[in-house]
Amino acid sequence: MNMEHDSVLRIRQLSKVYNGRQVLSDVSFEIKRGEVFVIMGGSGCGKSTLLRIMAGSIAPSSGEIIFDGKNIGSISGDDKDKIKKKFGMSFQSAALLDSLTVEENVSLPIKEHTRLDREVIHIITAMKLKLVGLQGFENYMPSELSGGMKKRAGLARAIALDPEIVFYDEPTAGLDPVVCAVVDQLILDLTKKLKITSVVVTHNMESVFRIADRIAMLYKGKVLQVGTVEEIRNSSNPIVQQFIKGDIEGPIQMDDKLSEAMC
Amino acid sequence: MILKSAEKIGVIVLGGWQTLIDGVSLLMQTLYWIFIAPFRANPELRKPIDFKAVLGQMVFMGSDSVIIVFFVTFFTGIVLAMQSAHQLSKMGGTIYVASLVTISLCRELGPVLTALVIAGRIGAAITAEISSMKVNEQIEALDTMAISPVRYLVVPKFIALFFMLPLLTVMGDLFGIIGGWVIGIFNLQINSGLYLEIAFKFLTLKDVYSGLSKAFIFAVIITMVGVYQGLKAQGGAVGVGQATTRSVVISFILVILADCLVTGIYFCSGF
Repeated sequence: MNMEHDSVLRIRQLSKVYNGRQVLSDVSFEIKRGEVFVIMGGSGCGKSTLLRIMAGSIAPSSGEIIFDGKNIGSISGDDKDKIKKKFGMSFQSAALLDSLTVEENVSLPIKEHTRLDREVIHIITAMKLKLVGLQGFENYMPSELSGGMKKRAGLARAIALDPEIVFYDEPTAGLDPVVCAVVDQLILDLTKKLKITSVVVTHNMESVFRIADRIAMLYKGKVLQVGTVEEIRNSSNPIVQQFIKGDIEGPIQMDDKLSEAMC
Repeated sequence: MILKSAEKIGVIVLGGWQTLIDGVSLLMQTLYWIFIAPFRANPELRKPIDFKAVLGQMVFMGSDSVIIVFFVTFFTGIVLAMQSAHQLSKMGGTIYVASLVTISLCRELGPVLTALVIAGRIGAAITAEISSMKVNEQIEALDTMAISPVRYLVVPKFIALFFMLPLLTVMGDLFGIIGGWVIGIFNLQINSGLYLEIAFKFLTLKDVYSGLSKAFIFAVIITMVGVYQGLKAQGGAVGVGQATTRSVVISFILVILADCLVTGIYFCSGF
């Protein structure tokens, strides 16, 4: 894939302390325009918190997240909303509003942030649903959809406003291998067709190697390594090697895993 | 031991203070989305009130609550008439049951009982809805789409209950008066016309206003407590249940406290 891109998001010395616990510590990396950037790491290592900070949902304790020349961590109100409209977020649980139909969910951000006619909104929504393969499900309620369909509907909502960056929180969690592959392909297709940047948080190694242009390995709130798929595969870091191979023996101890799981 | 007790008191006081600040901040945000945001000069930032959502909430909070308000206030009117008749008959003043029931209901029992019923029905529903959305990441989803959860979820509920609770209170007053009238004519053998004449002879507009003014305050309390507890919910289904229980209990206490305070103010000012 073409890696000759400029940076779209720059993370500098980012830290987050939550309830007295250091969740993220001195995290720095850059995300390039048009790439699929995967943040991987074990449960409780801080990757979902990092994603939410990058998406502007929560504020960092220190450090900078630079997008369009502005530090997302230090702005608020209308300025922050303006930036949020350029982001899309696909949640682990899809987070569809369960009182609205699929079409109403996808059209919600368009209705809220544009003054387009109802017919135009309907056409845009139909296009977005077609992109994720959900045409014909417009009038379904979220409770009537399968896990994979919910994720795709959530994805259609995330791309409703033609964002520059889409953040995915565990997009394949809880899905069977075939649906996982479908969702992965969808992420690649959308990134390519819509010319967006995708930031994916996952610990599903199959997905990581299938979709990533570059990978950041997070361990105990710190970035261990950032690199291409090949660089990560051939990493000399024993923690990275143990994680990608899923070995029981190695520097990541079961005690660590258990304490992470408890967090 | 003393140090630990002092520490505990300190934690409770600080927690209470923080809750008060958060609650006032939530109310200010709600007022901003009602009175300022729809009128901003920049069309991109101007966010109108969703009156369709307000209407939907009005039906749910108002029309759908009439039956439960009827049962509570109608039977309270009956009980009040029977209890007061028992005492007044000793002084030969049975006829004054009519005015006692009417004034008690309009000034006090109508607004308070209606508010308590609505706190149980609507306050709990508001908290259950918002807390369930919170634990399922739906509130966060709204936030990431740059849609204010306060504007989208709270404003329609706030406006709807602000107008529906006083209306339900007026209906509750009437249901209670009818309950008293039923006892007056069927049990106390008072002539229907005479009962109604005495019932409204001593009732002044002030009595009605003082009761209605409380209903507006109770509406704000019930909505804000319901929303606040919903937004603070954590931890799945258990968290939703706990938040809902807390919402109803706190609303009950605050409604009674506010009633005491407002009645005290009216009492001292001779209203």
